[in-house]
Amino acid sequence: MTPDVQILLDQMINGITIGGIYALIAMGYTLVYGILFMINFAHGEIFMFGSFTGFFILSGLAGSSFPDHHPIACIALAVGGAVMVSSILGVLLERTAYRPLRRAPRLAALISAIGASIFLQNVMMLMVKARMQVYPDVFPDGILELGSVTVSYFQVFIILGSLVMMTCLVLFIRKTRTGKAMRAVAEDRDAAALMGIDVNRVIVRTFALGSCLAAVAGVMVGMYYTQIDHMMGFVPGIKAFTAAVLGGIGNVAGAMLGGYVLGLAEAYSVFFLPAEYKDVIAFGILVLILVLRPRGLLGEVVSERA
Amino acid sequence: MDIGRFHRLFKIGPRMSFRPAVPILIVCLALLPPVLGNYWSHVLAHVGIYVILGIGLNITVGFAGLLDLGYVAFFAIGAYSYGLMASPQFDLHAPFWLMLPVGAACAAAAGVLLGIPVLRMRGDYIAIVTLGFGQIVRILLNNLDGLTRGPKGLLRIDPPSIGAFQFSSPVHYYYLILAGCLAAALVADRLNHSRVGRAWVAMREDQDAAAMMGVDVIRYKLLAFAIGASFAGVGGVIFAARQGSIFPDDFSLMVSINVLCLIIIGGIGSIRGVVLGAVILIGIPEVLRGLAAYRMLVFGGLLVLMMVFRPMGLIPATRGKPLMRKRW
Repeated sequence: MTPDVQILLDQMINGITIGGIYALIAMGYTLVYGILFMINFAHGEIFMFGSFTGFFILSGLAGSSFPDHHPIACIALAVGGAVMVSSILGVLLERTAYRPLRRAPRLAALISAIGASIFLQNVMMLMVKARMQVYPDVFPDGILELGSVTVSYFQVFIILGSLVMMTCLVLFIRKTRTGKAMRAVAEDRDAAALMGIDVNRVIVRTFALGSCLAAVAGVMVGMYYTQIDHMMGFVPGIKAFTAAVLGGIGNVAGAMLGGYVLGLAEAYSVFFLPAEYKDVIAFGILVLILVLRPRGLLGEVVSERA
Repeated sequence: MDIGRFHRLFKIGPRMSFRPAVPILIVCLALLPPVLGNYWSHVLAHVGIYVILGIGLNITVGFAGLLDLGYVAFFAIGAYSYGLMASPQFDLHAPFWLMLPVGAACAAAAGVLLGIPVLRMRGDYIAIVTLGFGQIVRILLNNLDGLTRGPKGLLRIDPPSIGAFQFSSPVHYYYLILAGCLAAALVADRLNHSRVGRAWVAMREDQDAAAMMGVDVIRYKLLAFAIGASFAGVGGVIFAARQGSIFPDDFSLMVSINVLCLIIIGGIGSIRGVVLGAVILIGIPEVLRGLAAYRMLVFGGLLVLMMVFRPMGLIPATRGKPLMRKRW
């Protein structure tokens, strides 16, 4: 195999890995947008809190010999803790910053969301001080060889983990009672309320669900990039939002596709742009897609918005 | 806009009522520096730059209803246009008074360029795209080393001068910025009461109805974007001249957020509100340096509380139905 093809394949693995993370975060945007038609601007901060919760748990365990013997249990603990904290935070956010503004103009809700985002960033900054934190390295090292392509175990974990999570989410929305209620509220909130659906409860669950996925993504990002700080939610948040818009906001399958397309586009951008301009790709795609095809690749799901 | 209409814009018409509080305030502000000394003049001048930015963003957000989160980009464009044309970087030394309108024009042109794709979008998409634009401009400033020297910034920017007199002390800049604020306020006030301002208010109230009555919605929105941007351009030129050196990190997202916060806290659409917002948001933290760590925390919380309990701001605009009362 020529070196060029080798690099293309390696970058594909990198792109799918990071794309899976974008897709996970994008779920939160697209679920909330599908139901409330608002951009949950503080979603990136929920992701950040998830990452830090995992960091606190893993750092707490780091002193003992536990991580060496049971790395998987450690990661499960970190992910579990992160999911709990983030989903509680997501629900609190909805109660305090968004619910009072549900009938208010969209601009007011957006500004409130920006305020909440700044607030959460600064809460974390006051907790950990404004410097980079090194994420404990607990994941077993190792490489999987598929032909000439090498994938680290950790990349396999991210790729499969994000796929499994998203499949579960789709099944949840399609098959369960709550999922059905979510679809009903997305389609017509007032009609759903008339049919006896507790709209507030559905909205709270939607926030909790999106926050769970963001928390998992947060732990993954922490372990993947090994360094985190209180501003880490901003750029991935914007990129995941781009992914959601790219796929067609309100559309769960679209957000997945958008995440992978964005991840691959970024990974392949290194061939023709200096690495410093990587972030420009996401913003460029966002502007282009909104100008050329504002409904996204798969289209906004209007009748079956999930 | 033809010349006649432009002329009418600045005529003190019968609708402009005489308010004695305004000239008294101006005279007081003009007499302040000798009493305050250099440090306080410096702080107030800093507030003044934000007043200019706030008045400009107020046109975009308050008058035309477009939430621009990348406003700092226009500020940066103004500052760098002066920084590049009047510093040892290219050994050019264009006069400040020439660069003031040039910086404004550059920022306005950028506003039109950004505005054309953005205006067709939904309101909340505009916010995200402009935010992305602000980030792109900062990334470019950071990485175009040949042009902007990247993170090393532009140094030794020429101070402004009038004839042989050169601006040097904080008190000089205080007067420069005070004049800038007054000019910005006057222009914004006249615009607000002009045909253009009425078109903006009409659009904000009901875009479809305004279009039916013959308001060219896209053109007037573009105009609002460009004029709002030009204020930031002016602010940027003054900022660059006053600082003497500028760096990409001077133009972070936080500037956009701060300016947005101050017009929201003061009251969207009202010029007095902008002044009050700037004093509260920029001035008070300068005074309470010790609380700097909690400053953004408090602002974040305050934004949420303002939206929930007092979405029209402390001094709401008196004319028309304010932005925050309608859904789009």
